[in-house]
Amino acid sequence: MRNERDFSSADGGDAGQGVGVRLPRKEDDRLMRGRGQFVADIRLAGLQDVAFVRSPLAHARIRAIHVPERYHATVFTAADLVGIKAIRAVSGLPGFKISEQPVLATGKVRQVGELIAMCVAPTRAEAEDIAAAVTLDLEELPAVHDMLLARKPGSALVHEHWGDNIFLETNYEVDISSALDAPIKVTREISTARQCMSPLEGRAVVATFDHRLDQLTLYSAAQMPHVTRSGLAECLGVEQARIRVVSPDVGGGFGYKGILLPEEVCLSWLTMHRGHPVRWIEDRREHLSGGANCREHHYKITVYADQDGRLRGIDCEATVDSGAYSSYPFSACLEAAQVASILPGPYLMPAYRCRTFSVATNKCPILPYRGVARTGVCFALELMLDLVAVEAGLEPGEVRLRNLVRPEQMPFDNITNKHFDSGDYPQAMRRALRLIDVEAVRTRQRKGEAAGRRIGLGVAIYCEQAAHGTSVYSGWGIPMVPGHEQATARLTPDGGLELRVGVHSHGQSMETTLAQVAHEILGVDVAKVHLIHGDTAMTPYSTGTWGSRSMVMAGGAVAAACRELGERARRIGAKLLQHDPAAVVLQDGEIRGVNGAVTLKEIAFTWYRRPQDLPSDVDPGGLEVTAGYKPQRDSGTFSYAAHAALVAVDAELGEVEILDYVIVEDGGVLVNPMVVDGQIFGGLAQGIGTALYEEMPFDTAGQPLATTLADYLLPGPTEVPVARLDHMETPSPYTQFGVKGIGEGGAIAPPAAIANAVNDALRPLGVELMQSPITPHRIVEAILARGEKGRKSA
Amino acid sequence: MKPAPFDYQRPRDLPEALSLLADVSHSSKIIAGGQSLGPMLNLRLVEPELVVDISALAELKVAERRGEELVLGACITHADIEDGRVPDATRGAMREVAANIAYRAVRNRGTLGGSLGHADPAADWISALAALGARLKLRSNAGTRLLEIENFIVAALEPALRPGEIIETIHVPARPASAQWGYFKSCRKTGEYAHAIAAVVIDPAAGAARLVVGAIEAAPIVINNPFELFGGRIAADYKERFDSSVADAMLAKAGIANATQRHIHVNVLKRAIRGAAA
Repeated sequence: MRNERDFSSADGGDAGQGVGVRLPRKEDDRLMRGRGQFVADIRLAGLQDVAFVRSPLAHARIRAIHVPERYHATVFTAADLVGIKAIRAVSGLPGFKISEQPVLATGKVRQVGELIAMCVAPTRAEAEDIAAAVTLDLEELPAVHDMLLARKPGSALVHEHWGDNIFLETNYEVDISSALDAPIKVTREISTARQCMSPLEGRAVVATFDHRLDQLTLYSAAQMPHVTRSGLAECLGVEQARIRVVSPDVGGGFGYKGILLPEEVCLSWLTMHRGHPVRWIEDRREHLSGGANCREHHYKITVYADQDGRLRGIDCEATVDSGAYSSYPFSACLEAAQVASILPGPYLMPAYRCRTFSVATNKCPILPYRGVARTGVCFALELMLDLVAVEAGLEPGEVRLRNLVRPEQMPFDNITNKHFDSGDYPQAMRRALRLIDVEAVRTRQRKGEAAGRRIGLGVAIYCEQAAHGTSVYSGWGIPMVPGHEQATARLTPDGGLELRVGVHSHGQSMETTLAQVAHEILGVDVAKVHLIHGDTAMTPYSTGTWGSRSMVMAGGAVAAACRELGERARRIGAKLLQHDPAAVVLQDGEIRGVNGAVTLKEIAFTWYRRPQDLPSDVDPGGLEVTAGYKPQRDSGTFSYAAHAALVAVDAELGEVEILDYVIVEDGGVLVNPMVVDGQIFGGLAQGIGTALYEEMPFDTAGQPLATTLADYLLPGPTEVPVARLDHMETPSPYTQFGVKGIGEGGAIAPPAAIANAVNDALRPLGVELMQSPITPHRIVEAILARGEKGRKSA
Repeated sequence: MKPAPFDYQRPRDLPEALSLLADVSHSSKIIAGGQSLGPMLNLRLVEPELVVDISALAELKVAERRGEELVLGACITHADIEDGRVPDATRGAMREVAANIAYRAVRNRGTLGGSLGHADPAADWISALAALGARLKLRSNAGTRLLEIENFIVAALEPALRPGEIIETIHVPARPASAQWGYFKSCRKTGEYAHAIAAVVIDPAAGAARLVVGAIEAAPIVINNPFELFGGRIAADYKERFDSSVADAMLAKAGIANATQRHIHVNVLKRAIRGAAA
């Protein structure tokens, strides 16, 4: 089929536009010319800016808020927000303790950056001037700044009425006693730093009220607009039909933009109270110090194995710093409880025990970041697997090959009842080992490097549950449980196709990939497919874009809607061709029979403009279909990848250079492999950030110490190597086209692979690093600490 | 992250700028490229009543060699030096330093005077120019004075500028053919502030050396003729004679208490020395 636009394909020419084609992104035409429209680009008449007075202390009782007389009309505190409810994200897991997050602080502040007052002015600078004039009388309380100390009796309490600081404790055990006599037993403490998600665009909100529609419109940089609407309605006490959430172009989300923010509630109230539009654009300091925290895990872990490296069991106690409040909708326990369910990774093991603690501290709520708990879990597990390899005297790759679930076992229910749908995990590992060329690396290591320099090889493998649905989330009992995903497909009178979906793209390329799905079914030119998303008023309800679910769920729904649409078109086409409906087929955008063909465009024209020509038994629903979809099993797809890293460590300066990086990824059938490549490269960059750069430290007063990008380091182009990618494509047996969720994977394994490579390089020195990020200071400190033994201290 | 309100003036010549700065009835800050002051204003770390923009002052854009000295105006940018748009008397040393400051976008706007006046220990020029033996000409309505860089940086972020005083020019002595140059810095990532810097000028023929250890939490440590680091003398074999443990003890004495930081600084110094000898 010909295109109006020149889609030069990397596959070289006439590969088509359907599933599996490396089609250039439709959205780039707009985005690469700077014509995207983000929330901060929205201009409404009478728009005013908001700045917040935020808590300078981590934990304090509010004695008084002093607002200068001249600002009484433009500053608002909790006392003004009559009837507005606190954000509550409850989990149904037994023992979960509920936190209430007031949208403006009442009584106490529990984290630096917590909102205390809202200031409105014609410009942000003026609003900040007002905020600076508001003074606070705070009685400082001891800060709960360390999750391990917070678990101990006698700790200060974030929520006094709880009696302790534990949001939730979970226990899971399968026959751990059977592992205890294993000849190999390795125990370590492993930790991952608190991070900030750092999408290019931060959060952003414009709120306005339309009296004609009696409707609040909230423009928000959000990845789950329908869920935002539900949460907003609950806090405001407003019917959902009176709220419209619009999410325009979004510059990266990674989980942060799925969270209902107090700022969204505040601005919604403010526009209704003041009668003019208001906006708040998160700045980078707010983002780093008051918003997007994630990832802080601690593991005390023991791995048991036989002498041949086969795993006998894992015993772990995991603690997650959940911060001060349970965030909506994922709750404060998603991260830690996930740790328990996914720690066994892609491996076989007969015994397992994991105890987890979600701990409240005086820090920002911990939010789900790309990969969620998996990045920390993969770090802990894969570092331990390398230690088992050392004990067993095996190559790290070999230990993994001996323990991975094998292809002939698929589908496989693992020790935590995760249902691995399909795949060949050992093959992915073998390919990665071949690509990185283990033998060549070992030879090079034996030869040695220039003074001070050491090279090391690290591998990591994971499998990732994606697009998991009702059966999984109903068990969590959080405010959001995904059910059937819906999509609307509508043929326009001129033969174009409109798709409406409730998921939202914040970089996922859905305008292209969902058009490819529609093209696969209907044969409509992707240039004529128009995707409408990011607007609760115009799309079917969806829990939105999270959990690597959009291609599986919305892709399946689009396919279902298009299929039904195609069937209706076929029946109309049969009439126009004067055929029996059984004798015509839909092919390449035409209804074909032995007498000839009629295009979808002609069929659309007939339905809308010449209904007199329609068959008498035509489906009265016409050429607009809303269809729902769920995979045959909704326990999730399992994509997986093996990563291998070759690094050079400068043992004098502690610097790490990534020399080579290999990823073998299986995301099932890929709708657009180029888009998947982009997802993996982006994830790798974030994974490198986790491994080597990103860290949000706090002092003992609970003050965040990396509040600008001069202190919070993100990898840039010079820190991210061009990785070599190799795709495997094992279809999921349960999904439309056999696709699997792939969006988060790239970010999961790099910290583990890189840390293993650094440890491989430093092992001859007797040095190992069990904490991310691996910084020059930590490397040198570890080497010096090891060296202390042999010499007098200076 | 918007600045507090301030007045803004862009004087046409140096006397006008000096009178604005001499007026003590309000607080003022000088802006040139704005690469440090811009973020500080936005973060409200500084809230001057007046910002004096010196970017129009021709006097601060001089760039010429005067005998055995290179004279550069305070408003010369890092990119001017990197691209060779200004003369050089350091045989490429300054060009090499300039080319590795932060990112090109910063180098396009950031100035020599701005970097020195901000006195951030982690920035390049205060260490590099200290090693090269540069002096600064400071001017106020009260007159001018010349100050060595090591006397100009009092402490981290604390230059020896008096009220109403401005950096006018930077005077860099020509580097003799026998003087070898080494510069090394360790950064967490490309373009980031360094956590260790060493700049060295070593003249084995003259038996002399000038070593600077920078990016510490104080003014850079400037060491003239540190014979003890090289086993008592500075000669052609200085690279082999460099003694890390003496350097470590020296830095400990200079106040770098953390052994890990000291180790990194010593090794960065070693690399700079190796670079000079290469």
